[in-house]
Amino acid sequence: MINDPSETETPWRLPSPRKVGIISLIVTESALFTIFVVAYVFYMGGSLNGPYPSEVLEFPLFGTIALLGSSLTILAAEFMLKHLNRVGFLLWWGVTIALGAYFIYFTATEWWHLIYEKNLTISTNVFGSTFYSLVGLHLSHVFIGLLLLSTVWLLTLFGKIPKDHTEHIEMVSWYWHFVDVIWIVVVTVVYIISVRIPVPIS
Amino acid sequence: MTLRASLSKLGNRVFWALCLLATPVFAEPAGMEYPMRRVADMFQPLSRPAEMIHEAAVLVSLICFGIFIVVASLLVFIVLKFRRKANDDGREPPQIYGSTNIELAWTVIPILITVVLILVTSRTIGEIQNMKMPEDALKIELVGHQWWWEIRYPGLGIVTANEIHIPVSSRDPDKATPTHLLLQSADVIHSFWVPQLAGKTDLVPNKNNETWLDPYETGVYFGNCAEYCGTQHANMLLRVIVHTPEGFEKWVAAQKAPPAPPQTAEEIKGHKLFYSTSCVSCHMINGTVAEGVFGPDLTKLMTRQTIGAGAVALNDKNLWDWVKDPQDIKVGCLMPDMQLLDTEVDAIVAYLKTLK
Amino acid sequence: MSSETIIDENFKAPEPERVGEERGSFTRIAQELVFTVDHKKLGLMYIGSGLLFFVVAGLMASLMRIQLFFPNSKFLEPDVFNRFFTMHGTAMVFLVGMPIIFGFANYLLPLMIGTRDMAFPRLNAFGFWVFFFSGLLLYFSYLAAPGLYAAGSAPDVGWFAYSPLTAKAFSRGHSTDYWTLSLLMGGIGSIATAINIIVTTLCLRCKGMTLGRMPLFVWLFLVVAFLVIIAMPPLSACQIMLLLDRYLGAKFFDTQAGGSAVLWQHFFWIFGHPEVYILILPGFAIASEVIPVFSRKPIFGYPIMVAASVMIAFISLGVWAHHMFTVGMTSMGNTFFAISTMIIAIPTGIKIFNWLGTMYGGKIRFDLPMMFCIGFLFQFLIAGLTGVMLSVAPFDWQLSDSYFVVAHFHYVLIGGLLYTIFAGIYYWYPKAFGKMPSTKLGHWHFWLFTIGFHMTFLPQHISGFLGMPRRIFTYEADRGWEIWNQISTIGVFIQMPGILFFVGNLIYSYFKGEKAGDDPWDAWTLEWSTTSPPPEYNFAKLPEVKSRRPLWDLKHPEDPDWKFE
Repeated sequence: MINDPSETETPWRLPSPRKVGIISLIVTESALFTIFVVAYVFYMGGSLNGPYPSEVLEFPLFGTIALLGSSLTILAAEFMLKHLNRVGFLLWWGVTIALGAYFIYFTATEWWHLIYEKNLTISTNVFGSTFYSLVGLHLSHVFIGLLLLSTVWLLTLFGKIPKDHTEHIEMVSWYWHFVDVIWIVVVTVVYIISVRIPVPIS
Repeated sequence: MTLRASLSKLGNRVFWALCLLATPVFAEPAGMEYPMRRVADMFQPLSRPAEMIHEAAVLVSLICFGIFIVVASLLVFIVLKFRRKANDDGREPPQIYGSTNIELAWTVIPILITVVLILVTSRTIGEIQNMKMPEDALKIELVGHQWWWEIRYPGLGIVTANEIHIPVSSRDPDKATPTHLLLQSADVIHSFWVPQLAGKTDLVPNKNNETWLDPYETGVYFGNCAEYCGTQHANMLLRVIVHTPEGFEKWVAAQKAPPAPPQTAEEIKGHKLFYSTSCVSCHMINGTVAEGVFGPDLTKLMTRQTIGAGAVALNDKNLWDWVKDPQDIKVGCLMPDMQLLDTEVDAIVAYLKTLK
Repeated sequence: MSSETIIDENFKAPEPERVGEERGSFTRIAQELVFTVDHKKLGLMYIGSGLLFFVVAGLMASLMRIQLFFPNSKFLEPDVFNRFFTMHGTAMVFLVGMPIIFGFANYLLPLMIGTRDMAFPRLNAFGFWVFFFSGLLLYFSYLAAPGLYAAGSAPDVGWFAYSPLTAKAFSRGHSTDYWTLSLLMGGIGSIATAINIIVTTLCLRCKGMTLGRMPLFVWLFLVVAFLVIIAMPPLSACQIMLLLDRYLGAKFFDTQAGGSAVLWQHFFWIFGHPEVYILILPGFAIASEVIPVFSRKPIFGYPIMVAASVMIAFISLGVWAHHMFTVGMTSMGNTFFAISTMIIAIPTGIKIFNWLGTMYGGKIRFDLPMMFCIGFLFQFLIAGLTGVMLSVAPFDWQLSDSYFVVAHFHYVLIGGLLYTIFAGIYYWYPKAFGKMPSTKLGHWHFWLFTIGFHMTFLPQHISGFLGMPRRIFTYEADRGWEIWNQISTIGVFIQMPGILFFVGNLIYSYFKGEKAGDDPWDAWTLEWSTTSPPPEYNFAKLPEVKSRRPLWDLKHPEDPDWKFE
């Protein structure tokens, strides 16, 4: 026999809908990225003709530093937010956006070189198909993230965000962190592992 | 006997010997003397791999049927026994929330059944997939096309279409003469399925699959392409003709013998037409300039039982209709309507009928 | 706290606005439906659209069965038939199954957990309209200008669209693109709805409703929603790859360039197998609500039912290649997937036993919802057992791609899912519309449809055994298939009037049905504590619960559930 539960129950606490929502979104996007990573790994060493990863890929040092750095600057921005420091928030949030924009510029130049100088396009071989689709999918998420970040920045600038909406902003930053984690996976698989696959001897 | 008489007798024998050599052994489609096994019942396996499957199949079917009887009876019993009676007093029945013991019982029993099935399944998979072919097994390459089958006998130098001819094997494993098939595709995914001879295996482009047949009885076994491959998937039919060993040798010899050159005026006209129109860009006829590989090899066309990969039986009328307009018989197939005049069709058909 | 009532019985909710009862203008009603974010209206719109597509896809199937009545029939041209089976399968899964289950979830979840709406009402509306337009897009392919022979018009590559048949070389024109784009759109809608379900269930439950006190319906939908967010992206991914192949010359599935035709199958079935569990688990959800109420007992073994559902979902992510036993995997691969498939049969079987255990010792009332649930139990048993037969990989080498598989999955989806959908519609119809469905019409529906259903699909097991492959627009005579095809076709014409009675019942009862109170079935979950239909805000006062059956506690204060749970 159990006692009447309402006499012994702890206060009723439920998780925040925004947090659960963003986590669900991150889970589903991770599933999407996983398939593209699997395709990339499946086709490693499978191209029938060049160019091959080891021949054309260079480690994206500055882009990676910028993107991973932006995760740190966004943390700084959130610190400012917690202390309701509007100017500080706008500064660090702005730097985050700039770093994200630089990442896009960096990738664009990398692709320009790959397409026009190294002759690697999405239709060249399976490496091209899996490379551009995976990195491109990530790039599109960076772009969407930048749109979200910019929206928040502009709204904050014009004083349109109420004080109790800090959680909303935190969720945008979680999305940005997710984009970064995906980049770590992509860099590892593409720029560290697949460049070590030897070129087939024809 | 005078010298003249002896020479005449010898000449007679030579003449008949030449006749025997020259006449193709099958003036009509090959294999018609064997039983036609049109009903491809997988529960009547007539080949070793099909039989291996059959054992596992019967076991699991009986188990499942048994489970069905038990559980369905239980359902009927419960529905009858625990229905609300007409004289019901309106009180709720005892509210039972569960029972660990009962839960355990009906978890353990399914687990045990599952273990049995897992063991049977793994063993059968290994038996079939890891079967070692004898060194001298007949090797066949089967290439799937939209919507016909290309069959190559690399060891014998034979290429044919839509019918696989193999020698019968033996129920005795020591005397077995299985056939090995290499499965490839020239375009999309197809599937080789002749239920009485083996389970199905897909023909996947850029992938070499294998299967094997080990038939116990002669016959014409019917099968289908079993993976949707486009418009005429339904008419990508397959026959496997299992010969007696002697019958198989005769068939091989007949396939290797080149067809006789055209004799009549009509045949010669047809021959000329065949080689001057684009027939040769798709079809191959051994020993001629026709070397097209897009469509079926026609060298021994008249030895086959059907045309259009089983779309229709091979007879004079159907052959004529096919040449006139294949789209009428097998709409969507990749042989276009060649816009031939009736007289041209007559001639070409006459020529084709020499390909035996 | 124990003196506080769960629901304020003295409160009189204002009369709910009933759509259609007042002579509102058509434009007003249409406007309301287009702009609504109310989970109840959206739920009914989901179900209504799903039933509409059901009728269209069902008609396609009927025409196919007419074509298959005679061997070498010329009733339908081959390409027409091929488009029909592609559209029938695609529509039934994505435009009938998914929306109807989301409709049930939308309508009932907030009511069952005692809250006012889903967590993200606007996202909810977005999900519906995206689905609806994706359906229109798919069918629009019929109107899209046919070009070269087989170059335009509706997709004809089968609902699973294997490559390389879908490559530009083999599927000219845009028919395949309609398939791809429609499903990509629909996938976004499904994911949006699934996220909504997860957030609502985890974050909006009323006071006292711990996870262990949620109705099984809610648990099962939570599990379904997780499956959706994990399993739908693989489909979207491979469809994006297909589009890249077709339009940018990518090489994902281009076998001439080293691509793999089998890779599509892996990605598709990594989605496809969980998808069928996404479809059937809601059926289990409905059965788990209906069977206890009409047996007058609580569900037998609630914790095990939850555990079994979670296990089924989890294992379902690891069985996908049982759709690929014939593709030429290694014996290790085949063995692994055979084993995982057999294992999933265990929790599924346990659930059947638990439902039987619920009925055992009860006082079964054979109202319409229960009749359909009993049909479900019988038919799903058959479906599950034919599934076990298929899991034995060597047997599958014979049965795969034959009519045996067609019979199996129709027993699952019609005999299983559709029957529970009927049960659910009859069960919650009074709640949604305030009228009881007609028992007489419902009986006609049940018996005609059941007889027709078995007549159509039972013989297909046999034609499968006799070697009849799937997706063939015709067959040769004397293969032993005619009689089974003919019985199968006749069954269709018995099912059809059954469906007419069903639709007729829905319409007739709306206008002429007996008025239903708040709780016509004497049930125990929260949706029955509010009016029929519920007001837009659902509950005058948000409820508080102490057990899994709050209304049982109310009705039996001397014997409440929380003393025994």
